Amino acid sequence: MSLELRSITKRFPGILANDAVDLSIDPGEIVAVLGENGAGKTTLMNVAYGLYGADEGSILVDGEPLAPASTTAAIAAGIGMVHQHFMLVPVFTVAENIILGDEPTGAAGWIERKQASDRVRTISEKYNLAVDPDATVEDLPVGVQQRVEIIKVINRKARYLIFDEPTAVLTPQEVEEFFHIVRGLREDGKGVVFISHKLDEALEIADRIVVMRQGRKVAEVLPGETSEEGLAELMVGRPVELVVHKGTATPGTTVLEVRDLVVVDDRSHRACDGVSFTVRAGEIVGIAGVNGNGQSELVDAITGMRLPMAGSVLVNGEDVTAAPPREMHKASVAHVPEDRQESGLVLAFSVAENLVLDSYYDPPYSKGLFMDWSKVNETAAQLVKQYDVRTAGISVPVGTLSGGNQQKVIIAREFNRPAILVLAAQPTRGVDVGSIEYIHSQIVAKRDKGAAVLVVSTELDEVLALADRILVMYEGRIAGEFSPTDDITDIGLAMLGGGQ
Amino acid sequence: MTPEGSPAPPPIGDTSSQRDFWRRVTGAGSSLGQALLLPTLAFVTALIIGGLIIALTDLDALGRLTTEPGAALADMFRSVIDAYRALFVGMFGSVQAISEGLFSATPLIFAGLGVALGFRAGLFNIGAQGQIQMGAMLALWVGIYVTAPALVHIPLALLGGFVGGMLWGAIPGFLKARSGAHEVITTIMLNFVAFYFMQWLLTTPTLQQPGRGNPVSMPIQETAQLPLLFGEPYRVTIAFVIAVGAVFLVRWLIFRSSLGFELRATGYSQQAARYAGMNVSWLIVLAMAISGGLAGVAGANQIMGLPPYDASPSLAGTVGFDAITVALLGRSHPVGVLWSALLFGALKAGGRTMQAQAGVPLDLIVVLQALIVMFVAAPELVRVIYRIKPKSNALGAQAGEVS
Repeated sequence: MSLELRSITKRFPGILANDAVDLSIDPGEIVAVLGENGAGKTTLMNVAYGLYGADEGSILVDGEPLAPASTTAAIAAGIGMVHQHFMLVPVFTVAENIILGDEPTGAAGWIERKQASDRVRTISEKYNLAVDPDATVEDLPVGVQQRVEIIKVINRKARYLIFDEPTAVLTPQEVEEFFHIVRGLREDGKGVVFISHKLDEALEIADRIVVMRQGRKVAEVLPGETSEEGLAELMVGRPVELVVHKGTATPGTTVLEVRDLVVVDDRSHRACDGVSFTVRAGEIVGIAGVNGNGQSELVDAITGMRLPMAGSVLVNGEDVTAAPPREMHKASVAHVPEDRQESGLVLAFSVAENLVLDSYYDPPYSKGLFMDWSKVNETAAQLVKQYDVRTAGISVPVGTLSGGNQQKVIIAREFNRPAILVLAAQPTRGVDVGSIEYIHSQIVAKRDKGAAVLVVSTELDEVLALADRILVMYEGRIAGEFSPTDDITDIGLAMLGGGQ
Repeated sequence: MTPEGSPAPPPIGDTSSQRDFWRRVTGAGSSLGQALLLPTLAFVTALIIGGLIIALTDLDALGRLTTEPGAALADMFRSVIDAYRALFVGMFGSVQAISEGLFSATPLIFAGLGVALGFRAGLFNIGAQGQIQMGAMLALWVGIYVTAPALVHIPLALLGGFVGGMLWGAIPGFLKARSGAHEVITTIMLNFVAFYFMQWLLTTPTLQQPGRGNPVSMPIQETAQLPLLFGEPYRVTIAFVIAVGAVFLVRWLIFRSSLGFELRATGYSQQAARYAGMNVSWLIVLAMAISGGLAGVAGANQIMGLPPYDASPSLAGTVGFDAITVALLGRSHPVGVLWSALLFGALKAGGRTMQAQAGVPLDLIVVLQALIVMFVAAPELVRVIYRIKPKSNALGAQAGEVS
């Protein structure tokens, strides 16, 4: 009894995505498939689920060969997959989504809603998946939507469940709940595959860890036999610094001063409710907090992407409240935006175009309507080299790059200019281990050159590693100030509104 | 409280999936190679289907299909060959044919460039028709009332056309920038307003021809008439040369200038454009204004480029709507627009010959044009037919999910 992938090879034009990968999953165990973005994890699982056909190799379910490239066959054989991007109909209820494609119908072809709701209730009670069957999916938080996906898979009698980066969209509390659910599945005898690039999560949840690199399976280890450092080295192929090396800060004069800032979000809710703090030259201030506590709106208001309702923002003593983004740019403020793909980059633009996205308007790149494209390309070529952006060239669309390299394009663009203030929001979200190390070192280098740095991150570890001073945001207010050496439980408590 | 901070629903027409859809349909983002290859294949495919239509509407042969199938099929084949021979003779068979093609292509180039520029900025300008009419009105006024030598008068009247179309195009741009009103709706509605406004203008004493009861204007002065490119009897004027110049000017504007950089960024992602410090509202107004201005020049051409050099309510014909087709076919690339406008112009000229010589109605040309655009709007279909592998572009590679 097991799900077995035998010597799977999958090629895409120009890429060997999987190179003779073996993998087996037994009922009642959790296997983590670990690897950087682009290592071939998702491809391998898409082959198992029948979304792609393998070029070579075979798949066996309980010894029986599985028809290739057929999700129907895979589902019938008991394989289920929860994708990174949920496949739910937002305007349908939970129950409707779960029965979709397999609707229980009555005599006249009516859908038996009651029966559907009951089915959902039975499953959710059995596996601790608290969900209201009659709620509309689009009203549910992401963590609950994920539960709906899990129920959907269980409802189809899956015995092997594949989760593709399930924790990428969850808050720390939701991750804990998710792990609880996964352990319940294991107890019930399900085989679970957990795709991730987060080392600590793999160590915590998995019974067995398979590490992939550049399409190959490079190792299979037990969590007790290894460490985060060991896994990182296997993933990246060289020793990786997981700790940020930095000297003590030597703070200078106040560069950023935020006074009683009030910002409303798109739903007219007070996302920031009177926030005040300062950032001095040569120090990194980290803002920690669970996502959705006003951090995004705070950064938007400082950078001019969103108009504050009240309060003021000062840079080097000058009032720049509600100054448009261009003015902030001219005032030597660098901004690494939270939403890389929607705000920070034009995905269809080339790497070179993105490298001048916010500085194109002035010499040496532009003079009036005329742009000096050879100058743009020259700068781009130099930045790609200097910031180690892995790309096929400066003229390829930036959307073809991996997440980490996309982020490096933004870092290169924003950090290449002299900056007095650096605002970095979620600087390493969705970025692979090797690039995280690099981006962190660049942020520290900016500080050491005398810039005031504000780092906003929902990853507490990141804030702890980078910041010289930590502010915790909770429900639109600063809920406390901490030093990175303070007790982590106090910080965690403040993040949940417990602190003072 | 959701992890992603509960973003508000995006404004209608601006969700990324909708934007991707329109980008695929309009081809905004296409390179020159893509802008030329797909339309050409679409044309070939449309000709094949058009041939089937000609064959199946040969009622005489169709009736004999059961009794003497061989002869009937041969007859069908012959009528297709006859029709297409006449079509191609009419398109390229003589200097006269080519001149007619270029003549018909000229306004399509100007207006098609306008629509394509809008597409590149993410704007679906359906209002070229109204912008042509308003451009024509201002060009008409300049043509009648300004006295200057031809060397000054012609550029001035063309500029009048540009300004007229520009002002009319700026209105929906302003409405969108200020209130989010969708340009598809506002431009369609403004087409009606423009048409009746033009009719009224043509009955005012300032413009109406004395002694006429219907809305027909006085002719423009001779100094504002566009000179013929090859002399009599060829109708193509120097406006064609100006149009080709405009193609390369617009190409430079879109792909090389800093304004084009801003327009394209806005077209791809308004959020990213705002982040980069661009004034998105202003860029929307500007894009619509330039788009309308180019259409307005087509309007000026309709008055200055052919006898009797006056204006009547039908002056725009269907140019404003064909321009949308031309821009779609040209994948929103200026050179693609030139190519597809030439094709449409030639088809129009060839269609008349086909009707006269082979008795196939001119309507078939409209069917062919529609088929061409259909295949272009469904590039996947053409790719499947001709087994072209899609190039992995930014969005394609993401959809490929290699991870």
